Amino acid sequence: MQEVTIGIGGAAGDGLDKSGDTLAKICGRLGLHVYAYNSYQSIIRGGHIWLRLRVGAEKVYNHGDQLNALIALNQDTIERHAPEVEAGGVVVFNGDKLKCDPALVKQGVTILPLPISQITAELVKEHGALIPVMQNTIALGAILNLCQLGLEKATSVITDTFKYKGQKVVDLNIGLLKCGYDYAASQSKPIAKEWKFTNEARPFTTGNEAIALAAYAAGCKFYSAYPMTPASTILHWMCENSQKTGILVKQGEDELAVMNMTIGAGIAGVRSMCATAGGGYALMTEAIGMAGIMEIPMVCVEVQRGGPSTGLPTKTEQADLFQVYGASQGEYPRLIVAPYDIADAYQTTVDAFNYADRYQMPVTIMSDLLLSEHHETVDKKDFPCEVKIDRGEIVTSWPEEKGKYKRFAFTESGVSPRALPGTANTLYVNPSDDHDEESILISDMFTSPPIRRKIMEKRMRKVGNLLKELPAPTLDGPKDADVTLVTWGSTYGVVREAADQLNAAGVKTNVLCIKYIYPFHAKEVLDILSKAKKKVSVELNFTSQMARYIRSETGIAMDAYINRYDGEPYTPKELAQEIQDKIAKKPSKLDVTAEDAKEIAYHYLRTHNGEKLRPSKVLQEAVNGYGEPTWYVELAERASGQKKGYVKVGVRTGATYAVQRDE
Amino acid sequence: MMATVIELPLDTYKGPVSPDWCPGCGDYGVLRSVQEAAGKNGIQPKDLLIVSGIGCSSNLPGFIHAYGVHSLHGRSIPVATGAHLANTDMKTVVTGGDGDGYGIGVGHLIHAMRRNLDITYIVMDNQIYGLTTGQASPTSTKGVVTKSTPAPNGNIETPINPLALAITCGATFVARGFSGEAKLLTELIAQGMAHKGFALIDVFSPCVTYNKVNTYPFFKERVYKLEDEGFDPTDFHRSMEKSYEWDKRIPLGVIYKTEQPTYEDQEPILQKGALVKQSYAPDKKLFDKFVEHMI
Repeated sequence: MQEVTIGIGGAAGDGLDKSGDTLAKICGRLGLHVYAYNSYQSIIRGGHIWLRLRVGAEKVYNHGDQLNALIALNQDTIERHAPEVEAGGVVVFNGDKLKCDPALVKQGVTILPLPISQITAELVKEHGALIPVMQNTIALGAILNLCQLGLEKATSVITDTFKYKGQKVVDLNIGLLKCGYDYAASQSKPIAKEWKFTNEARPFTTGNEAIALAAYAAGCKFYSAYPMTPASTILHWMCENSQKTGILVKQGEDELAVMNMTIGAGIAGVRSMCATAGGGYALMTEAIGMAGIMEIPMVCVEVQRGGPSTGLPTKTEQADLFQVYGASQGEYPRLIVAPYDIADAYQTTVDAFNYADRYQMPVTIMSDLLLSEHHETVDKKDFPCEVKIDRGEIVTSWPEEKGKYKRFAFTESGVSPRALPGTANTLYVNPSDDHDEESILISDMFTSPPIRRKIMEKRMRKVGNLLKELPAPTLDGPKDADVTLVTWGSTYGVVREAADQLNAAGVKTNVLCIKYIYPFHAKEVLDILSKAKKKVSVELNFTSQMARYIRSETGIAMDAYINRYDGEPYTPKELAQEIQDKIAKKPSKLDVTAEDAKEIAYHYLRTHNGEKLRPSKVLQEAVNGYGEPTWYVELAERASGQKKGYVKVGVRTGATYAVQRDE
Repeated sequence: MMATVIELPLDTYKGPVSPDWCPGCGDYGVLRSVQEAAGKNGIQPKDLLIVSGIGCSSNLPGFIHAYGVHSLHGRSIPVATGAHLANTDMKTVVTGGDGDGYGIGVGHLIHAMRRNLDITYIVMDNQIYGLTTGQASPTSTKGVVTKSTPAPNGNIETPINPLALAITCGATFVARGFSGEAKLLTELIAQGMAHKGFALIDVFSPCVTYNKVNTYPFFKERVYKLEDEGFDPTDFHRSMEKSYEWDKRIPLGVIYKTEQPTYEDQEPILQKGALVKQSYAPDKKLFDKFVEHMI
């Protein structure tokens, strides 16, 4: 498959999100597929932001292994990422301000400094001085030329983006694009082959936007949230569009309020949803159990980020499985489901509302930061407007002669037809205490053991019946594989490609992705895994929560466990390698690498020295008196390249043993 | 023009179960006043939603013929907020105790008041945790000896002043009642229900089992009616001053009242009527626009 990966790096506030969005939309309009990964940090300005756009002629499921083109918006980006560009690739930057040392890049990489003031002289005459973010558009123009993406769709995207500011601004921005485009054409050969564009436009969006849009399609009328990364963009979408969609949005004073309001709206009879991250979900758990015992439909989106506690607020992880599974005291019916990509997040959300209504139970959709916040192109047909809306068994009228309405009637299915408050002759209490069919408490002095038994069985029957209609997981790839990879959530995107790479390398591999967590297809999973040869779990957490859960449900343990917990998603090649190493029973590589040592030095410099110094050289020292080998990271002054000190980092522990800064 | 109110008799609201409060508990009087007040306002049981938290007094929804939610400890307000915003055609009344409302749930209370939601909140304030057999509550007076504040020091915390709190936080109807003054209590709750906006009615509802200090005689000796003294509850500063009157004389009646736009008045979506009755089918044109926006 033809593909190209473009990286854009800079500081927060450099406007690289906008540039990335523009580039992705151009590709989307051309009918190409895009997967974007933004490794951003929780700072408003400054800090390193690194956006990767993988563009493919066919669907791409992750941000890939290679970097072919780099747009560097600051010096830091050149230093960090220019060495990653593959042979045949290009490094583009503002040559008036930044420099790229040829020693930094691999052989066969073109260094293309853009002489911004020279090539924009004509434009400046007409439009006046440029502002710094405009260099992004010029660099984008250069990339469009080098990657053979043309100017036609770019012009249309720029026009759509800036037309609200007037034709002059549109002209200026198209002019900027052309400056970069023409200059690149005059200086360098394209780095990509010619594409076959289908021009079948593809929406470019995030998991969170897909969830919000799906909630609208599914008839959600009430949305509540407390701001928390990485769930906040659902709140933003809901608020921005509230008056148009008719979805009432209530920002709560905390997540306790959010969950209880969402349940309150569910009690009143509207489809209601809330979303949060792991920390917020921790506050919601008591109420989730209440929705369980009251049999209230509602949907909660739990977007996982690095934990515990505040953890890594802007980084991805899959370590909340046991929190969500263990949410609330007691046992109650609910659905826990983890979609694996953006199109699936859309369908999962639609289904969630139907399951919630039909089974009168809370549904938790487990997303993760990568799924919720990364951008990806989808097919238009992945986002259907007309979806099935099934509100379940609702009693719309109850003539008096029918006798007493029983809100919690003991039925075979476990589902008791629900009358909404306001319906005549059906008055009842929604009780958080356990209760009889008529919602009269059985919890106080005069507990009724048989009624408790029967209402528990009634509620839990819904779980069994729900499981029967949930699609069971199946294996992707060859049936007779030697290796079965087990994963869940957005990690599926990289696991499927690692499996492809392994298959290409002669290691027969298939993949089992678990979507429905509770209720769980224990029988089917047992059937698959008991026949699998080498079972390897891949999860973004420390303790292999999904693998442990599968073991608890099926008795089957994995043969090897692959874990990542540094906040970053895997890339296919490194994952395939790690799988090979695990199969070969090589010991885990936990040591600090030379690259890691450099990153540790960067961290130190950023927090103590600002932008003045950078790591220049890394050497390992065996004898040092620290009880472990150390990395000696030399620090050099950015401007002069002069040595200005060093940092010593333990190879095993990662301890920063010594910091020397020459004044 | 005001619609004519057809009052409903007390037995309209007779619940399926008889209360199991201790004999002599102040909550009996509050239950009766809630029923009478609903009747005075002509609210049909099917249009009345009573939401409570957890505690002795929070059992009230089970004892009245209306829709009810018997929710979690401290969470009655957000549950009521969600239910009310989803169906503004129903009269939403929240009932509970001082621990529920002023302790574990006080965070929600503050925000509900500043939002001026059209909700009537009745707190059965007995200055003790009764259901858990007698620990100090947020309104227990200083020095009082309870299971959690033993002798010789007793309670070393200053009690919360719910009336002052409500006035400063934006409640637009603030009143105090007493179970021992049934007629007045019914009148206050009825006014609270009729009020457009957040109404807090703090009710002295003595716990005859665990609070041996704040008893019926304690209040009978001290309470007086504000209306008897011609008090004007519309002056913020005078109301604040009144809310601090304690010890020898304790005021009953409407402490503060103001007319302000409610949350519901200001929420554009609710101008089209109750949310639960609005269409939930998505607008295809709008949906397509959202997708176009992604391209």
